[in-house]
Amino acid sequence: MLPFRRQLSSSPTPVSSAWLVALLLVAFTACAGGGNHPQSTLDPRSDFAADLSVLYKNIFAWAVGVFVVVEGLLLFVIIRFRAREGAPPPPRTHGNTVLEIAWTLAPALILVMIAVPTIRTVFKVAGDAPAGALRVEVVGHQWWWEYRYPDLGVVTANELHVPVGRPIAVSITSADVIHSWWAPRLGGKRDAIPNHINHIAFVADSVGTYLGQCVEFCGASHANMHLRVMVDSAATFEAWVAAQRDTTSRRPAAGSVEAAGQQAFLKYGCIGCHTIRGVSVGIIGPNLTHVGSRTTIAGGTMMNTQDHLRAWIGNPPGMKPGSLMPAMHVSDADLPALVAYLQSLK
Amino acid sequence: MSDSHASTGLKSWLTTTDHKRIGMLYFWSAFGFFLVGGFEALLIRAQLVRPDNTLVGAETFNQLFTMHATTMVFLALMPLSAAFFNYIVPLQIGARDVAFPRLNAFSYWVFLLGGLFINASFLFHAAPDGGWFGYANLTERQFSPGLNIDFWVLGLQILGIASLAAGFNFIVTILNLRAPGLTMMRLPVFTWMTLITSFLIITAFPVITVALVFLLFDRTFGTHFYVTSAGGDPILWQHLFWLFGHPEVYILILPAMGIISEVLPTFSRKPLFGYTVVVYSGVLIGFMGWGVWSHHMFAVGLGPIADSVFATGTMLIAIPTGVKIFNWLGTLWGGQIRYTTSLLFAVGFIAMFTIGGLSGITHASAPSDLQQTDTYYVVAHIHYVLFGGTVLGLFAGMYYWWPKMTGRLLNETLGKLHFWLIFVGMNLAFFPMHLSGLLGMPRRIYTYSPELGVTGFNQVSTVGAFIMGVGMLVFVYNLWWTRRRGVAAGPDPWGGATLEWSIPSPPPPHNFDVIPTVVSRLPRWSQTQLRAIPEGAEGPGPIHVPAGSWWPMVAAAGLPVMAIAPLTHTLWIVFVGAAILVFGIYRWAFEPFEV
Amino acid sequence: MSHAATVHHTSMGLDNRKMAFWAFIGSECLLFGSLISTYLIYQGRSISGPTPAQILNIPVTSVSTFDLLMSSLWMVLALAAVQRGDMKWAKIWLLGVAVGGLIFLGFQYYEFSSFVHEGLTLQANLFGATFFVLTGTHGAHVAVGVLWMLTLWVRALQGKLGPGHAITVEIAGLYWHFVDVVWIAIFTLVYLLHK
Repeated sequence: MLPFRRQLSSSPTPVSSAWLVALLLVAFTACAGGGNHPQSTLDPRSDFAADLSVLYKNIFAWAVGVFVVVEGLLLFVIIRFRAREGAPPPPRTHGNTVLEIAWTLAPALILVMIAVPTIRTVFKVAGDAPAGALRVEVVGHQWWWEYRYPDLGVVTANELHVPVGRPIAVSITSADVIHSWWAPRLGGKRDAIPNHINHIAFVADSVGTYLGQCVEFCGASHANMHLRVMVDSAATFEAWVAAQRDTTSRRPAAGSVEAAGQQAFLKYGCIGCHTIRGVSVGIIGPNLTHVGSRTTIAGGTMMNTQDHLRAWIGNPPGMKPGSLMPAMHVSDADLPALVAYLQSLK
Repeated sequence: MSDSHASTGLKSWLTTTDHKRIGMLYFWSAFGFFLVGGFEALLIRAQLVRPDNTLVGAETFNQLFTMHATTMVFLALMPLSAAFFNYIVPLQIGARDVAFPRLNAFSYWVFLLGGLFINASFLFHAAPDGGWFGYANLTERQFSPGLNIDFWVLGLQILGIASLAAGFNFIVTILNLRAPGLTMMRLPVFTWMTLITSFLIITAFPVITVALVFLLFDRTFGTHFYVTSAGGDPILWQHLFWLFGHPEVYILILPAMGIISEVLPTFSRKPLFGYTVVVYSGVLIGFMGWGVWSHHMFAVGLGPIADSVFATGTMLIAIPTGVKIFNWLGTLWGGQIRYTTSLLFAVGFIAMFTIGGLSGITHASAPSDLQQTDTYYVVAHIHYVLFGGTVLGLFAGMYYWWPKMTGRLLNETLGKLHFWLIFVGMNLAFFPMHLSGLLGMPRRIYTYSPELGVTGFNQVSTVGAFIMGVGMLVFVYNLWWTRRRGVAAGPDPWGGATLEWSIPSPPPPHNFDVIPTVVSRLPRWSQTQLRAIPEGAEGPGPIHVPAGSWWPMVAAAGLPVMAIAPLTHTLWIVFVGAAILVFGIYRWAFEPFEV
Repeated sequence: MSHAATVHHTSMGLDNRKMAFWAFIGSECLLFGSLISTYLIYQGRSISGPTPAQILNIPVTSVSTFDLLMSSLWMVLALAAVQRGDMKWAKIWLLGVAVGGLIFLGFQYYEFSSFVHEGLTLQANLFGATFFVLTGTHGAHVAVGVLWMLTLWVRALQGKLGPGHAITVEIAGLYWHFVDVVWIAIFTLVYLLHK
């Protein structure tokens, strides 16, 4: 009677998908480790990140439970109630009020179990830091991060240093478009919005270097707007702060290659965009007063080596699409000196 | 199997006001755009198959992901749903056409012209590149100086008009053109979901219209709606966009939920379990969908009270959604399930949408979302609900209703091959994205570092995406094969319960010889209905089917012409376009109605 | 308009076109609601430039508001005339509505030009942007309404409008009254309740 019957083959049940999912779940738990995954959200290294991770795992557990029930029921139903030749037509069931109430209430109860810790955590991570926290101001730019320590008089870029075990109060804004500041192992993200200030508060619990990147689409080089947070021991942090505040011992010796480099810095117009304390006051690009002390350059996209610096200065838009820094046309003679000077600014 | 009353030829298609023909036009255009959007996705996946890849550059990539999403949402998924609204709803309610056939044609032409307009941007190497939700102030002239965002804004404005017109049409059609005896609680669930979707469209699209007008004015006339230096706030854009955007995702999913609410009962041979609850859940989702928009903004810093309210609202909406899923399971339970391709896609919908819904719950928790938002975890969620949900649901509808629309069955063997390729492919493509997101891979990045440790997941995703591509090719082949060698379907190949199965395949232009008087929710399964003498309100009188008209297309053409004005900064073109629009409307309004 | 003579049976008893128009009005409420909300959100947040207190002229705008309200009355009278087949008065009242609308637009033109002259432009500040887009959108709706009324008037002159077409006049009236109500909201929120 029905023509399609000839074409019906015995279709295998979608058990394969169940195995696939199980396999991936195993992979998932195996991947939680932070060593191979520097931006993992599941290997927290601060109280903020830990709160979020605990909450996620709680919800995830409920989700797995619901998944097993629903998908299990589905699998059961499509196998058990397969059409059989000659079977009588099924009863015309239209519904069941008790079931409807049950499967409305049960999800509602599960959601209450999720909502309560959610709201508690919302208020806990609202960004209020205790008095005496170290204050850091983050300003997002296309495509680099500016960091200011208002109580310490330090300005730097792309690499943030904070002491371990101390509350950090981060305020976040933007100088141009919306960005988002995110170091996953230290906590959740908050958007960097022009004319707004967002707040994150955290206490890092382990010394180390934590990677992050901009996580709100912000234009051509959104993918190239990386950041690093160095969580230092108290002593290392104090030493770093002292070095950052010291501008006197960075003047190059007369006649040195670094001095020639400083001349090149002035000659090629770098002072129009960059600040080197005591030398220039440009504010369009990152503060370079201590650029030699950073591990990376160009918004965290490259390690801070001579070769990379040379390549960067030679052709910034080539390295980072859309870069506001144009090719500087530094001569081959001047370039090594300029690089040497910048690397000396530790 | 041809309908002897229909005229043929290009003119008959260009001037058609027949809902069935307009449905087919929507289908072919939307499917074409779907393939374009899919191709854009394959390029994205090819670029991301390994870190630091240079297949496409940053600017091209930004255009690709923007156009992939814009195309899929506005040019593929919504119009594919519209194809079914058009073809099937009048048949399900026992009507001869929609309430306003020429307005219907107008909607189609405006959609087609809008889709061509926005894709024309590629010819100028200026395809939209600000993401499909175009956040200000990146989209301001200062930061996006080219024509890219102008194409996006103007294209969406044109497309919005198409959707609005269709929304009004279907509300009136469903409320006013029902056959005698067809009360609201006897309506097929697909028709109910179409009604709710139409209300969402007419209320949500005005909001994005206003948001886009502000952006257009900022970019063209130098206003400061989103410009911070004058006190404007980019967050205003986000609120306006998501006030539209959240109802929009329900616009995208409710039709597919309607489709599977038809498919599951037919192939289980039993009625939908909990019809009333499913309908009311849909209505509730429609209303509640207005109260959760800021769950897209948990990282914006709205404050803990706002975050808590929106988190709670978002969780609440999971309840009617979950209830629907249980009712679908209840439909299958105790049935005699036939594994047609359509049924496989419907079951696939339940399985995949559940996963998408569960990842949605993790997003609903605002603090948890601070780790997930803007990462590939969200991309996974989106694709499980929109591909695993909407697309699988639409394919269920295609295999179910293709025989009604063309008179031929799609090949079942090819169909099952299509299903399995898509099902396996989509899980390979999108499941790993949960993991790469949790491991810190942001979305919308044209490349990533090998240090992140997500390379393997990206490779699997890319393989999955290409498998999906192969699956689509199989479907295209099936469409072509069926034209020549498809088995004749007859009026009712599946033993369906609703009115569309009571007329020939494809139906004659006037649909029903006699409009039935409906006495049951399942007219084709009800002994009472089948025994009843089909008296019609229109009786044996003459059946008039409106002739075609050029004027909807003419009026539609005025809109892209108007849009050229801001693109080229020539004001007078606006008046030319407006004149075409007004001229078309006047001729349409005063056109004599022929029998 | 042409085959309105046949009264089609509809499931809810309401003419299709009337139902569609109510849906359209619902949609327009969201449109104007978004524009008004933006105006209110940005109230008082202009960094520079003229403020509402400095520039709005309530006495003058009260006259144009009165004019628009009167035109709604004439619209009611026009519909009543069409319904009873009194096409002589229908023509007068329809033309009156159109003229009333044109007077309102004339006042708006005068108001906008004097504001621009006093330094309030679209680009001047947030007040300028939100004010002009909101009232400009409303004005564009009035202009469409004027076109609609003139069209009906011309049809009446041609003898093509009669009691059988009352529903189209009623729908035009719905539109006109809606545009009037939106103006009441704007006049109250923007002019009377400015900070």
